[in-house]
Amino acid sequence: MRTPPSRRLLVIACGLIYFFLMLPLLVVFPISLSSAPYMQFPPPGLSWQWYERYLDDPQWIDATWRSLYIGAATAIFALALGVPLAFALVRGRFFGRVLIDRLALAPVIVPTIILSVAVYGLFAKLKLIGTWYGLVIAHTVLALPFVVLVIVAGLRDFDRSLEQAAEGLGASRWRTLSRVTLPLLRPSLVSAGLLAFISSFDEVVVALFLAGANMTLPKKMFDNILMEIDPTIAAVSVMQILLVSVVLVLIGRFGRGLKDSAR
Amino acid sequence: MTGRGFLPALPALILLFVFFLFPVVRMLGFSLEGGTLDWYAKALGEQLYLRVFWNTFEIALLVTFFCLLLGYPLGFLMATTTPFWATVGFIFVLLPLWTSVLVRTYAWMVLLGRNGVFNRTLMEAGITTDPIPMLHNFTGVLIGMVHVLLPYMVLPIYGAVRKVDPAIPAAAAGLGASSFAIFRRIYLPLTLNGIFAGSVLVFVLSLGFFITPALLGGGRVMMIAVLIEQQVREALNWPFAAALSAVLLVFTFAVYAMAQRFTRSEAEAAR
Repeated sequence: MRTPPSRRLLVIACGLIYFFLMLPLLVVFPISLSSAPYMQFPPPGLSWQWYERYLDDPQWIDATWRSLYIGAATAIFALALGVPLAFALVRGRFFGRVLIDRLALAPVIVPTIILSVAVYGLFAKLKLIGTWYGLVIAHTVLALPFVVLVIVAGLRDFDRSLEQAAEGLGASRWRTLSRVTLPLLRPSLVSAGLLAFISSFDEVVVALFLAGANMTLPKKMFDNILMEIDPTIAAVSVMQILLVSVVLVLIGRFGRGLKDSAR
Repeated sequence: MTGRGFLPALPALILLFVFFLFPVVRMLGFSLEGGTLDWYAKALGEQLYLRVFWNTFEIALLVTFFCLLLGYPLGFLMATTTPFWATVGFIFVLLPLWTSVLVRTYAWMVLLGRNGVFNRTLMEAGITTDPIPMLHNFTGVLIGMVHVLLPYMVLPIYGAVRKVDPAIPAAAAGLGASSFAIFRRIYLPLTLNGIFAGSVLVFVLSLGFFITPALLGGGRVMMIAVLIEQQVREALNWPFAAALSAVLLVFTFAVYAMAQRFTRSEAEAAR
């Protein structure tokens, strides 16, 4: 069958829109490899100088480590609180469940700037500005909705007859949970944990207010972009893109598909 | 809170109450300092600040419009093509979505700047002699925000188009309907829900947007979120920042509430 002209037009239009979507990523890669001493595009030659500058700068490395462990702590904390919450929302039968459901998702609806300013005000009083655990607490609030959404979707599709079989065979409730329920939920748990990690690792606005002098990677990037356009930031960007791609591949391989969770 | 299975929710609820609900309510309380509504009168009465609200709405509306214009074809193509190309399409939509907003904003600065890629190309091609200002103005903010928010429009539209039974457009084509008629009479009405969901999401996210206007606007494009940040960090004017936040929050919830009513009545009408 011949492709109708309207379809061909659609494909061409979409090609252009995809180009628009990918354009920033396509620009960042060559700049990060530029041999020019300042921002120039296309680069006159290739070099690793910006990657070297990133790796040799203790400030950048510090910020990277800080973001990595804050992200990891956020993921653990968000799972520890979010998974029981999702269980309560799907399996519990208690008054106020709908209200709690709304509250758990509210942090994604309330504009981040409002959350940031509000928590900044509180943390200034509690002297939590500049502490890593202060950031972990705030990032956990932001990551909780992702965990709840993914785990609730996983629990909705869960075949409860498997748990009933285990309990019928004499397993205690705790044993059923640890040997049957959680292993079966593993794909959802992996997705939820990795999403929570990325949401913290990429987070700028809250970090801008709460990080103080202890830079996270996004805060350091924000400050650098504001001050000067230095190609080091392109090298950092490329590494961030690669890290996020790795996480997405991990979700695709071991996690529950994002498409399934969207339902 | 009586009933079964409430206990597991408790730790998360404590976190949400202490570090989300309480700080937000506490801060909003500052706006009523002295027991008057003066700070609200300032936010909604003074020309300068009304302009900021108006600017924010204008940008949010334009961003929604352009996201729809670009997002519908993408979602439509991904939903109606072969599984292989749909997967490729998904990767191209999700990769930018998961790339840090900072990285993308930086790239746009490189592209749109005075000596940026676009201006150099235009000048070398002899189309203009002077660089066209695209950064630190309305255009730059608009381009950056559309780029960041486009995936949020594509995904719901993709979902809506997927739900359309392919037999319906096939039957219409068999009966001689033109492509345009098929789109207007079949796809458009059947995917209104997806269009609506995507538009509400993009509009609400635009209202509270901070990073892109702060960096690409260069201080010349004022949006509510940027104004709130300035009031807190530079002016140290907490009561005013709180009043601005309250207004932004009310707008955000109002849009959501309207959206929910609309989708509910839509669902009732469909029955």
